[in-house]
Amino acid sequence: MVTQAPERPVPVAAPPPPRRRPGAGALWPYLLVVPTVAGTAYLLFYPLIRSVVISFQHFRTGELIRGGAAFVGLENYHDALGSAEFWAVVRRTLVWTAVNVVLIMILSTLVALMVARLGKRLRLAVLGGLVLTWATPVLAATTIFQWLFQSKLGVVNWLLTSVGLSRFDGYTWFADGTATFAIMVLLVVWQSVPFAALTLYAGLTTIPQELFEAARIDGATGRQVFRDVTFPMLRPLFGLITSLEIIWVFKCFAQIWAISQGGPDGATTTLPVYAYQVAQSLHKYDLGSAISTLTVLILLVVLIPHLRRMYRHEGEGR
Amino acid sequence: MRRIPLTLAALSVIAFSVFPVYWMVVTAFKPTRDIQADTPQFLPLHPTLDHFETAIASEGFGLFWRNSLLVSLGAVLLSLVVALLAAFAVARMRWRGRKAFILMVFIAQMAPWEALLIPMFIIARDTGMLDKLSMLTLIYFISTLPFTIVTLRGFLAAIPEELEEAAQMDGASRAAAFRKVVLPLLAPGLMSTSLFGFITAWNEFAFANALIIKNQDDRTLPVWLSSFSNVFGTDWGATMAAATLFMLPVLLIFLILQRRVTSGIIAGAVKG
Repeated sequence: MVTQAPERPVPVAAPPPPRRRPGAGALWPYLLVVPTVAGTAYLLFYPLIRSVVISFQHFRTGELIRGGAAFVGLENYHDALGSAEFWAVVRRTLVWTAVNVVLIMILSTLVALMVARLGKRLRLAVLGGLVLTWATPVLAATTIFQWLFQSKLGVVNWLLTSVGLSRFDGYTWFADGTATFAIMVLLVVWQSVPFAALTLYAGLTTIPQELFEAARIDGATGRQVFRDVTFPMLRPLFGLITSLEIIWVFKCFAQIWAISQGGPDGATTTLPVYAYQVAQSLHKYDLGSAISTLTVLILLVVLIPHLRRMYRHEGEGR
Repeated sequence: MRRIPLTLAALSVIAFSVFPVYWMVVTAFKPTRDIQADTPQFLPLHPTLDHFETAIASEGFGLFWRNSLLVSLGAVLLSLVVALLAAFAVARMRWRGRKAFILMVFIAQMAPWEALLIPMFIIARDTGMLDKLSMLTLIYFISTLPFTIVTLRGFLAAIPEELEEAAQMDGASRAAAFRKVVLPLLAPGLMSTSLFGFITAWNEFAFANALIIKNQDDRTLPVWLSSFSNVFGTDWGATMAAATLFMLPVLLIFLILQRRVTSGIIAGAVKG
């Protein structure tokens, strides 16, 4: 749920200064971190553990009200993994993630390369536009997109109709599964490109100009420059942004829930949406927790190659 | 001549990124007659504030605005104070368990918050915190805390410790030295982290949607906005006015932070 806020670099753990008054103040650091540790334990680790525990229990409305849930072993996982619906959702989530992340990475790379070539005024205008998009709250964006794609008065249908696609006259986008899925992709890509493009552009500006000049003197084409100079230089950054985008897209919930609640006919039900539906609409908190746990595990598996690469990079860098 | 395709590409990127927001604002200012015109009007030829009046006068708008503000400010203040203490301990003191603590903060920063919707609902229900704004405040506090600690620690580490030591030699206590010397230098860091935390809390939807169920008066703006069709029906002018009013504070913060945003990205990106 954390916004895509840029983070300050963390200075590599500077050796803390020696303690000046041994003994007397030895308790202070612990007192200072008590609120953080207590808060994190109660509001993060406890719910996480609770979720895993519930996924091994029989926990429905009755247990929610009366308590006293019984352990049922792997039954919920058995139910989840044994249902065709679950696997359909997993497939959809992977497609959803792949489509979004590929589009985001391609578009933001193109935008970043483009911005680097622009004159000052146009560059500022593009950057301003990207920041504006980035600043748009998720819920404002979902509302806007519903208006853009509204069937009778929506500006998109008017545009499509006026370029001759008359079948879009009064077309109800949100009644069709594929169309809704496409709009969700458009929305998420629209919201995600600014962060990725701005970060990649910032990375581009750090590549020494001499490298480009040298490549050009050697007669490299634009594509060769990108393949042999730009991309290798930015590889760690690409890895980082790709991982972040995978995480954000994979666990994206608010956009989908606000617009379609996973519908129509489950066409936009991804794993986080599915887990929530199962828990809140069907009151199967146990099954929902099992699906949540599986969601996190699947995300970890998807991220392993990236995490590994980052870890290696980290090892080299320090 | 070679620059023409490039310029066209730039203009289309600007159009794609700006148009949805532009369309929201323009719709909000157009009279309903113009909104429903067969051919969309791309400029507000007859600007009106009617829709803003409708939005503001709608049931509970002031209340939800207040709720969102209370929750966001509460979370930010709490997180700022708690994070400042922790960041100080990490950046300025040496103690056993410091590394483990930093690791915990990093883990918390990567926590799968969306997976906690169900247990949070159950815990809130068990402890009588369901439908309470204080529960939301706590959740936003804890989810912005790791980021705040990491950032403040970075800022603190950049302030030379000699400054504090000099003040202490002049007879100030450690607390006084911190308050008079470090805190002013830390102000930009406190400012930007709290604004980012505020945006996170202000925009949050999933938990607000899951934990405020029966007591509709305790809803926050994003949840209220998500049900705009119940509130405004097909009054798109009022809906867009409400969305504009919801976005306004975030936009202001982005304008304030503009320079910091860009330099933050650059600094963050280079580190990779």
